[in-house]
Amino acid sequence: MNPGQRMLPTPSPETQRYWDGCKQHELWLPYCLACQASFFYPRPFCPNCFGWEVEWRQASGRGTLYTYAIQYRPQAPGFEPPYVTAIVQLAEGPRMLTNLVEIEADPAQITCDMAVEVVFQDLDEMSLPVFRPVRA
Amino acid sequence: MSLSKRVALVGVDESDQIGICEGKTALQLHAEAARNALRDAGLTLADVDGLFTAGPSVMGLAEYLGVQPEYMDGTTVGGSSFVIDVEHAAAAINAGLCSVALITHGEMGYSARRGRASRGMQRMIDPESAMAQFELPYGVGGPPSVYSMAAMRHMHQYGTTHEQLAEIAVATRKWAQLNPKAFMRDPLTIDDVLSSRWIAYPFHIYDCCLVTDAGGACVVVGAERARELAKQPVWVLGSGESTTHQSMVNNPDLTRTPARYSGERAFKMAGLTPKEIDVVEVYDSFTYTVLVTIEELGFCAKGEGGPFLANQRSAPGGDFPMNTNGGGLSYTHPGMYGMFLIIEAVRQLRDECGERQVPNARTALVNGTGGSLSSTGTLILGAD
Repeated sequence: MNPGQRMLPTPSPETQRYWDGCKQHELWLPYCLACQASFFYPRPFCPNCFGWEVEWRQASGRGTLYTYAIQYRPQAPGFEPPYVTAIVQLAEGPRMLTNLVEIEADPAQITCDMAVEVVFQDLDEMSLPVFRPVRA
Repeated sequence: MSLSKRVALVGVDESDQIGICEGKTALQLHAEAARNALRDAGLTLADVDGLFTAGPSVMGLAEYLGVQPEYMDGTTVGGSSFVIDVEHAAAAINAGLCSVALITHGEMGYSARRGRASRGMQRMIDPESAMAQFELPYGVGGPPSVYSMAAMRHMHQYGTTHEQLAEIAVATRKWAQLNPKAFMRDPLTIDDVLSSRWIAYPFHIYDCCLVTDAGGACVVVGAERARELAKQPVWVLGSGESTTHQSMVNNPDLTRTPARYSGERAFKMAGLTPKEIDVVEVYDSFTYTVLVTIEELGFCAKGEGGPFLANQRSAPGGDFPMNTNGGGLSYTHPGMYGMFLIIEAVRQLRDECGERQVPNARTALVNGTGGSLSSTGTLILGAD
């Protein structure tokens, strides 16, 4: 199912493990053994130290909303404005671009630094990680 | 070895028309602007031995113009490219690799959006790229969809307000009203901005630049050659360039831009401080781009761009004249606007701006921003 024909990722050899994890509804991040820190997006070395000793580790799926915007114009197929694009700061450190879901697209409801957690949207053969507010 | 005052801008101009250029191609705008800027310099195309552009391939441009440059540079890093090209031209001239550098721009932004022309850019997104995999599936697209997220973080972290952003749109429009070439010259108030429709919250439509057809060009030569030409040379006193990321999400700090690096180098090379700049031309893809750039260049403390530009301080008659042509917000913005910052700074320093002339302008700062606040080029220019 991919209503509206949303643009879907084409995994590369560097990112296949990430997308395989998403398919299982798990968030996996590359981890630099030298820096002892996760990084994103996946590549075969650490963009912080250029070290090549890297392994995959599962992330908690928890984070905070670093920033967001409410899109009032259709920017891409498969999206009905208004919708929320967001950058999430993961508990493990890296940031990722995503959508904020399960909340009204209303600035009165959304605050930077609010707690969020990952959920997965299944679209055709892919699963995309998106984030929703953590309910108290 | 410092490049300061080794080269000068000796010719600048736009294409024959800007705004809506129906019936023309983007390359024609490059050629018109090249002819006009060379005429302004008192030079001809036969004098040109260095060619610089962004958008089309520099090979394609050379072929179209019918020139065979001995030095070429196609640095394509968005709207800052042309500003960075001036620094590259300075280095090449100083190294003896070319003597007359022509930098051209041309885009059919307005007409391309209406399907009536080709924009004049080579555009391709690699499906394996990080952008295609980790960003586009989430419904981001044009610049408003990502600059809005940077502005939101700044508003959250520093208390920047919609009203403070609107001040910039209004002040810039007042300059446009003094520029006969400006696309938007109707009066604009803070309330008009705040009551206009949302494009991408926190941006109203008046927080966003125009999309026009336009071309521009400039000519750079060494110091000796510059003194032989008819018009007063505008010296490159300092320059800098930098990039910190490509995609907005990978900006290490969304409230910052690489202008803090390119600006620091430019000021150091020029031996000047922000207080010694008479006129400021900074890229205004969005009102927020201006606000954050002023902070990054050190004109005010970090986070205080909003209060600094309040009360129409950058409008005509204010004590911080900025974007005196009416900017990308109201004069013209074809897609990669950087060339037009250079054109206006040179005209101000030559005292050619008529009604909008900043009195006694001896120094100017130009800051081009490209991509998603990704790349910057800073120039500090001076008149004798």
